[in-house]
Amino acid sequence: MPPVANIAISILFDGLAYAMFLFIVSVGLSVTMGLMGFVNLAHGAFAMAGGYVVVSLTRTLGIDFIPSLIIAAVLVGAVSVVFERGLYRQLYKATDLEQVLLTIGLAFMAIATATYFYGPIPKSVPLPTWLQGDVNLGFRAFPTYRAFLIVLGVFLIAVLWYAFEKTNIGAKIRAAVDNRRMAESVGINVDLLFTLTFAVGSGLAALGGGLAIQLFGLSPSFAVLYLVLFLIVVAVGGLGSLKGTLLAALVLGVFDTAGKYLFAEAGGFFIYAMTVIVLLIKPAGFYGRE
Amino acid sequence: MAASDPTPMRERAAEYLLRRHRFRAYEALPWLIAIAAFFVFPDRMTFGSQVLIMIMFALSLDLILGYAGIVTLGHAAFFGVGAYVVGLGAARLGYTEPISGLVAAALISALVGFITGWFLLRYRGLTLLMLTLATAIMFQEAGNLRSDISGGYDGLPGLVFQPLLGKFEYDLYGHTNYVYALVVLAVMFYFVRRITYSPFGQALTGIRENVRRMHAIGSPVHLRLVTVYTIAAGIAGVAGALFTQTNAYVTLTVFDFENSAKVMVMLILGGTGRLYGAFAGAAVYMLLEDHLSKLSPTFWQFGIGLLLVLAVLFARRGILGLFEDASAYIAKKRSKP
Repeated sequence: MPPVANIAISILFDGLAYAMFLFIVSVGLSVTMGLMGFVNLAHGAFAMAGGYVVVSLTRTLGIDFIPSLIIAAVLVGAVSVVFERGLYRQLYKATDLEQVLLTIGLAFMAIATATYFYGPIPKSVPLPTWLQGDVNLGFRAFPTYRAFLIVLGVFLIAVLWYAFEKTNIGAKIRAAVDNRRMAESVGINVDLLFTLTFAVGSGLAALGGGLAIQLFGLSPSFAVLYLVLFLIVVAVGGLGSLKGTLLAALVLGVFDTAGKYLFAEAGGFFIYAMTVIVLLIKPAGFYGRE
Repeated sequence: MAASDPTPMRERAAEYLLRRHRFRAYEALPWLIAIAAFFVFPDRMTFGSQVLIMIMFALSLDLILGYAGIVTLGHAAFFGVGAYVVGLGAARLGYTEPISGLVAAALISALVGFITGWFLLRYRGLTLLMLTLATAIMFQEAGNLRSDISGGYDGLPGLVFQPLLGKFEYDLYGHTNYVYALVVLAVMFYFVRRITYSPFGQALTGIRENVRRMHAIGSPVHLRLVTVYTIAAGIAGVAGALFTQTNAYVTLTVFDFENSAKVMVMLILGGTGRLYGAFAGAAVYMLLEDHLSKLSPTFWQFGIGLLLVLAVLFARRGILGLFEDASAYIAKKRSKP
């Protein structure tokens, strides 16, 4: 195989795996922001919390990686309901600024708590043997873990798409994102719907956090470091749009990977330049409502 | 009828502005404290000048956030541009005169503020947050891209500046720097105070409170916002330039998201839209950080997060707001015993 094609395939493959991670974490943020217009800068903290739960479960309790991921997602999703009912609820009518401050405060507290219990050094996680090494697809070998990430991502996209487009709850969520007042006046309990999507979104973020450990390592700064990327995916994709979030995650994931492969020094510059250009042209993102 | 005769109304409005513009006795307090600190803590003046610089930075944010109601997560961009104008001037061009360096930093940051503001201030909410955030990071990444010029994350260490006004050498204890920063802060403060009590400042408050109504009465909203954004960028640039000059080094971390978040936290803790909020917030934050982060950085981070959450839930108008509430409460108690 010519080296150019080889690099192109590597970029596409790694970019796709990265995009799946971005999508899994961001989709919950997008839907909750679309529903309530709530700027949640603590979303990255839920992802980080999920990662540390996975570390504890696998390292301390010796539970396998995959069950740990599921437990972490359910646990963080359940705990997030406490935050939503206790704190977030009071600020739905508040200004952007107050929401930003409250959630930055929560993110700081989460980082400090994680540093206290786990220390600042990045953690890793033991993988089961079937996720290690490479998988050979005939024409070349790919890292198994990234392949697993892509398969899992596609599966989750299918599930979410079905839930969003084909179920009663999905229809209610879409109605509430489009026009909250109208949805409420026809009898949809948007508050309850929001709590539900918030829990699912935070659970998915925790799942993403657990999956990310193998890719980037997990340190307390995870909560803020990748938050900017999640916010970019949400803003560029358009609030509350599944399709937009997926498209934004794919574009961002592949572009960022290409940038790192081809122009290592330029780092993130192109991502941010692209974000600015997209938002200047389409302020509400790809599929957002103007 | 007041409506048939506009003159008294105009006069009343002018008188209202003038009355608010008058200096009050308590306004001397922060300056007296700053001067007293010079004599009481002569060995802490390096830290003291950093506090003054952060006050100036928070003050510039107060103009756009507190008065005009622009929520930005990228104010560090202008601080950083100012810091690098002076830093690059000294390291690459050999230009080391401090005061003209400040002026250059102010002008260039203001220009950057004007250009970015012209494009960005049409947007609101999450879009504006992301655009301002991305702008600041783009400066950082651009600096990283050309680390041969900017020095990258290692920065530009060991900058040497000419003595102030050609006479005052920089001493080891930072005495010259403190007085220098205090004088510059006083000049900037007077400027900001003039702006906030001017009709222009009133128009900004109007935009913050009800932008639709300001459109309806024919106020050029976008122009006003861009103007104040440009001014605030210039002042933030001066703060950044002072930062480089007093520390004699600068690194790309000045553009960090954390720097933008920090200055916003300071302002919120002090209280927005009230001039002295920047003083109270920055001073309290810096003092707490200085003491607590030495004990344990982790607890400090937890504490500042908790403080933010509590401030949003219980004290949305900051420390000064709490003072106002307390004094109003006492006055009420006294009036009806």
